[in-house]
Amino acid sequence: MTTLADPKAERALGRRRWLGRLRGGSTSRPVWRQPITVVALTILGGWLLLALLADVLAPYDPLAQSPDTYASPSGAHWFGTDSLGRDIFSRVVHGARLSIPLALAIVSLALLVGGLLGLVAGYVGRFVDEALMRLTDLVFAFPQIILAMAVTAAFGPNTRNAVLALVIVSWPVYARVIRSAVLSMRGDDYLNAARLLGVGPIRALRRDVLPNSIGPAIVLATLELGNAVLLLAALSFLGLGPRPPAAEWGSMVALGAQDLSMWWVSVFPGLAILTVVMAFNVLGDALRDRLDPRYTKGR
Amino acid sequence: MNTPARLSFTDVEVEYRSRGRGRVRAVAGVSLEVSPGQIVGLVGESGCGKSTLARAAVGLSAPSAGTVEYAGRPVTPLGWRPRSGAEVGLQMVFQNPYASLNPRRTIGSQLLDGVPAAVTGSARRARVHELLERVAMPTSAAQRYPHQFSGGQRQRLAIARALAPEPRMIIADEPVTALDASSQAQVVNLLVGLVRDLDMGMLFISHDLALVHEIADVTAVMYLGRIVEAAPTRELWREPRHPYTRALIDAVPQIGPTPRLPAILAGEVPDPANAPTGCRFRPRCPHAFAPCGEQPPTVDLGDRSVACWLTDSATAPTVARSL
Amino acid sequence: MAPLLDVDSLAVTLPSPRGPLPILHDVSLTVDEGELVGIAGESGCGKSLTAQTLLGLLPPGAAVTGSARYAGTELLGLDARGWQRVRGAGIAMVFQDPSAALHPMLTVGRQLTEHMRVHLRMDRRAAGRRAVELLDQVRIPDPERALRAYPHQFSGGMRQRVAIAIALAARPRLLIADEPTTALDVTVQAGILALLERLRAETGLAVAFITHDLGVLSALTTRGYIFYAGRVVETGPTGSLLTAPTHPYTAALLGARPHGTQTGATLRPIPGAPPAPGEAPPGCPFQPRCGYAEPSCGEAPPPLTPAGVDRSVACVVRPHLEVAA
Repeated sequence: MTTLADPKAERALGRRRWLGRLRGGSTSRPVWRQPITVVALTILGGWLLLALLADVLAPYDPLAQSPDTYASPSGAHWFGTDSLGRDIFSRVVHGARLSIPLALAIVSLALLVGGLLGLVAGYVGRFVDEALMRLTDLVFAFPQIILAMAVTAAFGPNTRNAVLALVIVSWPVYARVIRSAVLSMRGDDYLNAARLLGVGPIRALRRDVLPNSIGPAIVLATLELGNAVLLLAALSFLGLGPRPPAAEWGSMVALGAQDLSMWWVSVFPGLAILTVVMAFNVLGDALRDRLDPRYTKGR
Repeated sequence: MNTPARLSFTDVEVEYRSRGRGRVRAVAGVSLEVSPGQIVGLVGESGCGKSTLARAAVGLSAPSAGTVEYAGRPVTPLGWRPRSGAEVGLQMVFQNPYASLNPRRTIGSQLLDGVPAAVTGSARRARVHELLERVAMPTSAAQRYPHQFSGGQRQRLAIARALAPEPRMIIADEPVTALDASSQAQVVNLLVGLVRDLDMGMLFISHDLALVHEIADVTAVMYLGRIVEAAPTRELWREPRHPYTRALIDAVPQIGPTPRLPAILAGEVPDPANAPTGCRFRPRCPHAFAPCGEQPPTVDLGDRSVACWLTDSATAPTVARSL
Repeated sequence: MAPLLDVDSLAVTLPSPRGPLPILHDVSLTVDEGELVGIAGESGCGKSLTAQTLLGLLPPGAAVTGSARYAGTELLGLDARGWQRVRGAGIAMVFQDPSAALHPMLTVGRQLTEHMRVHLRMDRRAAGRRAVELLDQVRIPDPERALRAYPHQFSGGMRQRVAIAIALAARPRLLIADEPTTALDVTVQAGILALLERLRAETGLAVAFITHDLGVLSALTTRGYIFYAGRVVETGPTGSLLTAPTHPYTAALLGARPHGTQTGATLRPIPGAPPAPGEAPPGCPFQPRCGYAEPSCGEAPPPLTPAGVDRSVACVVRPHLEVAA
């Protein structure tokens, strides 16, 4: 009650020291300019460019079949062809158009749903909180992919239902993160002060609670983008995602997995998934360090 | 007192649930009044329940018994409705100016939260500037963020925000504890000046007796959830009637020509979950005697009230009459 | 007799992202055997950094000049093993937050005896006996039971007593106490102050007591140093220092605090704020906030010069000062 030091500031300092150690002391570069982040940004930029310019860059129609099946990588087919003689490079490039926007859609929808529910749970508390949290437990109790499979199977396997299924399995984590952020600040005096001035609860939620709790969820969303690409690929691999012959990375990997002696059929789309997932993860890490107000907003 | 109290507590009790300790009665029956233009100082050591009382006073928590009235009407605990216009006149200044301002909103936007809706258009901005001038901050502060200010400046900004709805009553909960000597004096003088100029009432909560002595018209001393003595500050200091008041005053280190250690009070403040029976100060009281096994009534002695068996002429041994 | 601690012209510069920041300038102070010395000032004035320097706890990259001799040994420039010998057995320290000095997962007894077994090479039983003695010395009720307790089982005041007992374990001759009572209630503070005075009287322990509270300074210590912006601005016997200050800053600090002697008086705030490290004006650091400043104050920082019995002041104007108390 009579301490002079501000405990929040102390904690922030502690955290800063911790981060400093993580990055090899105070002399290292800011996260944003670290080589690994630059590489990740370049990779994502490259994929974005490929997706945008797919029609120009892809030498073949991604759906066009040809008698030249299982051609190994060559000058004519850089990544070879698959069982139906389709050019794998063209399919991978076109696949970016499908996988990346779908992943973005899944994550934004999950963030929206989970964020709102988490906000309400944390702020209202009591039985609303209890009910919502048990619901998240229910979702958490199943492996994501199993639950997603069940949902898609029930609604019918197509792209829209795959996206919906993945939103259903991934919103709870945002709800949890936002809820705990809200809980940790619910007792903060600026919120009390605003309420005492006559600010209603909804407005307080929007202006005082949300901006201070959304940061961690945004970071999480970036990390989850990679996961969404993977899950979508997995659903497609199992035949529950975008219907064939759509050029989707997961279904392409599935196709190649039937016979691994034709390694190029699954390795190249696999590499595409790998690079995108890793790039999103690195970016998420960087964003976490960057967005954390305790880290960036020095006194 | 011919003016009606602007804020009054009647037998207020506040309980909270604590893991492992069950129900803890942090405030165990407090009655107190604050009149317009009056500064009432509430002093006590950590754990005495003074901050809990402050939060109940403005409706941040609900009393489990008794009533808190502002301007003659019971204070509604904060809930799902926005605070009513009448109750917005009851404002609070918090202890930690690092936590009481939203780090992500400009000062101007936070001050506007409190400017009455009746003020519209460019008058709203003018009001913000007026508020900043009132607390001796430059009007340019409106566009800036809290982290750009020092602790003392933040506390002045927090006061400006509390003034936005033109309050009639301010609860100040340890408003200068987190500040340095220089800014402490600035903030205290600002608060005192506002109360005098605007005819507000102020409940000034502090652990710093010397400070309360300086500014309060009336001082109430709290121990373990109860007010043990309340009196006009001058009288309280000249002649404390409760042994705890005496002990608190004697424990304040004084400046003098030779070192002189402050007097020691034996023992420690007990856990409010296991408060002693009878007079709660009894285990530490140098004057404790048989009647103290019963809770002493709060006796009105003209302008002061004391809860101590020593003030009861029927029971008190004559030796202990003057502490 | 040479003083136990003799700090002479100490200057400390800390590294920062914007280049080196000078924090302490030309600090000289002494502590005699068995003396209670006070160091007072606002936060950021360099009083805690002085303590850190004397215990070899400066962050890496700090540049130190001047001299600090403890019992005849030069401290500045000691290697890790040299510091190890000084800390604990020579100079010990207690902090504002006793929890920071206590390991939350170890019993008090373990923390006390560990210390003695390392520093004094005592065996387990001797250390155990001494631990009980120490806890008794700092007036912890039922020391045997306290040995088996964990820090969180004590109140704030009791924790500070435990921290003092640990600091005393290796029989230091100088205890540096950095705001040890700031977080405590007044009645608890009174107990800690009395404890320090008793330890001084009974064991000849010297104490350097760092505080921002001039009341505590007056109540406990016999000699005091007033710090401002990394400099000693005034020093002397505490009684005369605080009842008849000669530096405008000392007087201003006294005016800004409630004296507890009168009702209705207003406090007299010091205008402005202390300069941030590296942003002190040329000349006297207090000059921009000083009501008595003259043009000559802006030229060079005034040196600490003798003024009266055992007193020194760093002020060239030396105005006549009214004291409120």
